[in-house]
Amino acid sequence: MRTVRTVAWVLVGIAAFALVWLLLWADYRAAQVEDGSLGFQAVFELTDHQGMIRTQEDFAGRWMLVFFGFANCPDVCPTTLAEIAAVMDGLGEDAPMVQPLFISVDPERDTPAAMADFMQAFDAGIVGLTGTPEQTDRTGDSFHIYFEKVEQAAAPGGYTMSHSSQLFLFGPDGAYVKSWTYGTPAEDILADLKQKMSS
Amino acid sequence: MRHAARSMLAALLLAPALATGAWAGSDDVVVENAWSRASIGTSRPGAAYMEVRNAGEEAVTLTGLQSDLAMVSEIHRVTTDDRGVSSMAPAGAIVIAPGETVAIAPGVMHVMLMQLQRPMREGESFPLTLNFSDGGEVPVPVPVLGIAARGPEG
Repeated sequence: MRTVRTVAWVLVGIAAFALVWLLLWADYRAAQVEDGSLGFQAVFELTDHQGMIRTQEDFAGRWMLVFFGFANCPDVCPTTLAEIAAVMDGLGEDAPMVQPLFISVDPERDTPAAMADFMQAFDAGIVGLTGTPEQTDRTGDSFHIYFEKVEQAAAPGGYTMSHSSQLFLFGPDGAYVKSWTYGTPAEDILADLKQKMSS
Repeated sequence: MRHAARSMLAALLLAPALATGAWAGSDDVVVENAWSRASIGTSRPGAAYMEVRNAGEEAVTLTGLQSDLAMVSEIHRVTTDDRGVSSMAPAGAIVIAPGETVAIAPGVMHVMLMQLQRPMREGESFPLTLNFSDGGEVPVPVPVLGIAARGPEG
């Protein structure tokens, strides 16, 4: 009887220790995400706007500016793409070291052809990527982003998308470096980016 | 007789004023810095931006807008939560206090132009009419800038 009780107490102790450890770990992880020190890697396999299958390997050795959106997006996405175009312009001769990627969260409507219209209009060397719903989900998980369909009667297909609107920066080794919230002026992004690239 | 004539004259002067809502607050609405981005064809919605200033003494309520460019024109508000997720939803009626300016600007609000009837071409402009709760209407010509425009200056 006494042995049973001892064992029970030991188990309770282990459970309590595990719980505290989990809580601290969760805090630690959240803090890492916050300050950008969590070294997650860009991982994806998608089709670009010219119909080519692309993975992160294709962009290795260059900085990646990654933004998630959808071609039917009238405000946030064109605004961000316009900011990215201004950043690329501002990079001047360093521009070839940076690859901007626009990844669709709307695989249903965003065919490679639909993405091509969009990317070519901005003329900033942006590669548009889209995929199957499964590939899109996997990409979303890998980048820790969120997206969701929202009904909107007058929109094409009857819906619009809510989505993470940060601009993510990955280094030449594919590791996450930092993100900028939507609405950060191109001038600030450019200054930040130049500093990261020279350090 | 003289009194009747004067009433008649007053009624004659008033009628057009009432009909156009000239006594209403929306007469004091000034719209500035309107712009929009060129569209790619007509299959995707467009967006327009502007500043709506109430230069009058009383509050006005912007209830909606219309344009022959789009089947449906609505003001949508964009909100970004603390996780960085942006969503958009119709803004509903917008009350503008005396002296206030409402900025319909990227990242805050936009005029969502749905079911475009023709492409929005850079260098052209299109008419948009703002409707107010007092029945007043304010017409606004909206210039179409390039697709990568970042503000009214291009």
